[in-house]
Amino acid sequence: MSGVLRAARPRGDRWARALVVGLPYAWLLLFFLAPAIIVLKISLAEQTLGVPPYTSLFAAGRLQATADNYLFLVSDSLYASAYLNALRFAAGATCCCLLIGYPLAYGIVRAPLRWRNALLLLVILPFWTSFLIRVYAWIGLLKGNGFINNLLLGAGLIDQPLTLLNNEFAVYVGLVYSYLPYMVLPLYAALEKLDPTLLEAASDLGCRPMQAFWRITLPLSLPGIIAGSLLVFIPMCGEFIIPELLGGSDTLMIGKVLWDEFFTNRDWPVAAAVALVMLVALVLPMGLLRRYLVREAT
Amino acid sequence: MPPLLAIDRVVKRFADGDGAAVDGVSLDLAAGEFFALLGPSGCGKTTLLRLLAGFEEPDDGRVLIAGEDMAGVPPYARPVNMMFQSYALFPHMTVFDNIAFGLRQNRRPRAEIATRVRAMLDLVQLGHLARRKPDQLSGGEKQRVALARALVQEPKLLLLDEPLTALDRKLREETRFELVRIQQRVGITFLMVTHDQEEAMSMATRIGVMEKGRIVQIGPPDEVYEHPRDRFVAGFLGAINFFAARVVAASDGVVALESAEAAGRQFSVADKRAWTPGTEVALALRPERIVLGAAPDPRWDNALSGTVKGVAYRGEASDVEIELASGKLVRATIANIERRHHASFARGEAVALGWTRESGIVLEP
Amino acid sequence: MRHRLSPFLATMLVLGFAFLYGPIASVVIYSFNASRLVTVWAGFSTRWYGELLENDQIKGAALTSFEIAFLAATGALILGTLAGYVLARYRRFPGRTLFGALVSGPLVMPEVITGLSLLLLFVALEQAIGWPQGRGIVTIVIAHVTMGLVYVAVVVEARLSAFDRSLEEAALDLGARPWKVFAVITLPLIAPALIAGWLLAFTLSLDDLVISSFTTGPSATTLPMVIFSSVRLGVSPQINALATILLVVVAVAVVIAGRILARTRSSPMP
Repeated sequence: MSGVLRAARPRGDRWARALVVGLPYAWLLLFFLAPAIIVLKISLAEQTLGVPPYTSLFAAGRLQATADNYLFLVSDSLYASAYLNALRFAAGATCCCLLIGYPLAYGIVRAPLRWRNALLLLVILPFWTSFLIRVYAWIGLLKGNGFINNLLLGAGLIDQPLTLLNNEFAVYVGLVYSYLPYMVLPLYAALEKLDPTLLEAASDLGCRPMQAFWRITLPLSLPGIIAGSLLVFIPMCGEFIIPELLGGSDTLMIGKVLWDEFFTNRDWPVAAAVALVMLVALVLPMGLLRRYLVREAT
Repeated sequence: MPPLLAIDRVVKRFADGDGAAVDGVSLDLAAGEFFALLGPSGCGKTTLLRLLAGFEEPDDGRVLIAGEDMAGVPPYARPVNMMFQSYALFPHMTVFDNIAFGLRQNRRPRAEIATRVRAMLDLVQLGHLARRKPDQLSGGEKQRVALARALVQEPKLLLLDEPLTALDRKLREETRFELVRIQQRVGITFLMVTHDQEEAMSMATRIGVMEKGRIVQIGPPDEVYEHPRDRFVAGFLGAINFFAARVVAASDGVVALESAEAAGRQFSVADKRAWTPGTEVALALRPERIVLGAAPDPRWDNALSGTVKGVAYRGEASDVEIELASGKLVRATIANIERRHHASFARGEAVALGWTRESGIVLEP
Repeated sequence: MRHRLSPFLATMLVLGFAFLYGPIASVVIYSFNASRLVTVWAGFSTRWYGELLENDQIKGAALTSFEIAFLAATGALILGTLAGYVLARYRRFPGRTLFGALVSGPLVMPEVITGLSLLLLFVALEQAIGWPQGRGIVTIVIAHVTMGLVYVAVVVEARLSAFDRSLEEAALDLGARPWKVFAVITLPLIAPALIAGWLLAFTLSLDDLVISSFTTGPSATTLPMVIFSSVRLGVSPQINALATILLVVVAVAVVIAGRILARTRSSPMP
């Protein structure tokens, strides 16, 4: 059947349908869209002492809005560098996740069937345990007198403990480690769908395994690569916990900046401005890119 | 007495507005009929079925069941039940519960449900499997459960969507007889949709051939097979040979044709219509109507000569492909009545073909 | 060729899993270290577990977290199932594109933004209509429901898209009304997806730090917040013990879920 036909819809069911659509819609409008608009509004306000600690939009009948917060963000290079840092770390960590995650996913696909479920479970398990604790685990490992340094010192490979914590290295490790399961699962899903007879046909036609991988497996798994990468890249950009626990003063990321503006400086308007800039300069373009790439690849 | 099912100029357009899946179909079914809607995929037969079941509403026209207009009536309120192509058995219910489902929805008393389901299970000979779940059944058993489930509520009309397609060949042939037997026993009107002309012809009391959203011919199987109205119907209902020909003369119920493909030989066809000489026509000829011999028999009404290009031995019959002098290929089917009959036609041998006046069919080109 | 593991892939598998589980293993091992210092192994001891069980702050926070997670997961399940159903079945209605965008929004939004924006909403609402009065468990639950429902929606939509619609049509044809069809046919058959969705929302809520920190009030401290504040100061053996307990609980739950899933998969579902 080539065309798509409109379904029959008896009258009585229309009310039920409106309810089914309306309930989640209303919730999301109230608790997702409205907040975004309020962020915009507050980013145009000034910080004050009081509850709440910002000026209201309308006072004595006049519009009270200022673009000071945005100007502040642009003027202080801290914000620009934090933003670029976030992009840098996220990009690097995403690539590492891909390099580690792809063989992992492919290995699971190729593993004997009876192991596959167990292996998948093992990949998913960290995903279900606390993100916070998994990041925290690295503190003990990377410390000056932590596990890794002790191991290397004890084995005589180094004389002095290496600085592995509170620097860029630790942030990269933390990012890759925490987001690896999110990369492996879409990759696994894409690789699992691959028809093994394609590789057999390639081999029959004279293609070596390495070539077959580059020319057949890799291109066909592209949707999975894109899905995994975008799933991982966007949250990484706004990551707060990892730079906070594992990073140092030179690893300022925009997520931490937002947190500090809000909790430490109690400057809600600036925090709101940072959030809005993140939204416009990061989330929106990435969201659209994701849509576009997914549509192109499938 | 109104017909059981009256489809009155029903139209259903595609969502993008580009053409219609069902393009003005009218059809009447009498009670107790076994009707087959036959056509290639995409011809609109499944859409028409879904319109009758209530899963779609027509854009134009009406559907009347037992005289009542079904406009706006949802599937659960129609006196129609459907047997799905994929059977659609509820996997989390037993065979018994599957069959009882409709009765339970209509709040029949428990004792009545038990009796009716049991009767249905006996009818399809699945009494011993009542407690099984669908994933424990074979294809043929699933099909019978689907049938029982659709029949138990004694609908006025039973719709069957390609009921035999999912079965393997041997099972298909056995099930054909069984379905007809069951239909005659319960007396319910069956409307079956299929793309398999053998199925349609062997089971139905009447066939409707559909093409591109329209019904092009309706009639009993032998009538549609022997007297197709156009090339599409002729070609769809079985293998057939077509000759491009021109009318030479038409009188006394006999038409004389000449065809370049037959090296100018004339054909005579029994046809009562008054064809104008010079009209371009197509002569349609069923392979099984062709008789083969070493040399033309003078008793034959029509005769041709050619060379055997190939023989496909099918057990009960053989298909012989013959090349005429003009290069045209003709297919003849010979029943293997005696052993080694097919061997008398070897590749490369010269052979003569003949058929009677009544065998040919004159059609629009 | 299908299920052969080359040495390279096998090595990558081993290394990959070692990488994934190394840190977790270290946390578990050091939770049994008699010494407070990670550096030195001073013998096997369960004293940190003992101290943990005496720690009222952690116990209170754990209770709060579980309460919030339970409420949030249930709310997310209900709303998320509706949203997933709409995404899968209702292809055309005014505002559908916006709906689709709203449902996928929280998935890509960094948590700091979601947390901040929700807090600002709660403050504005309090100013405007007096509710919510101060922030605490209720506001955290609302925030977590919003986050959780999009994950549930994704899971439910995927399941419903793959669902064999002819089963629903058959039920309609046999005389069941649409809501009955959903309750008796669709729901039982997508139940595993719903359970998975609930568990997903539950875990997300239990584990959440950033959004809770923004939307909480003086009365509500969640477990992640307690962990975070003690971890900022460095490694803490009690936290190691807590982490191990959580790990065991989750591992057991995942294994059970995996077993159930494997059993339902043996009987093919539509």
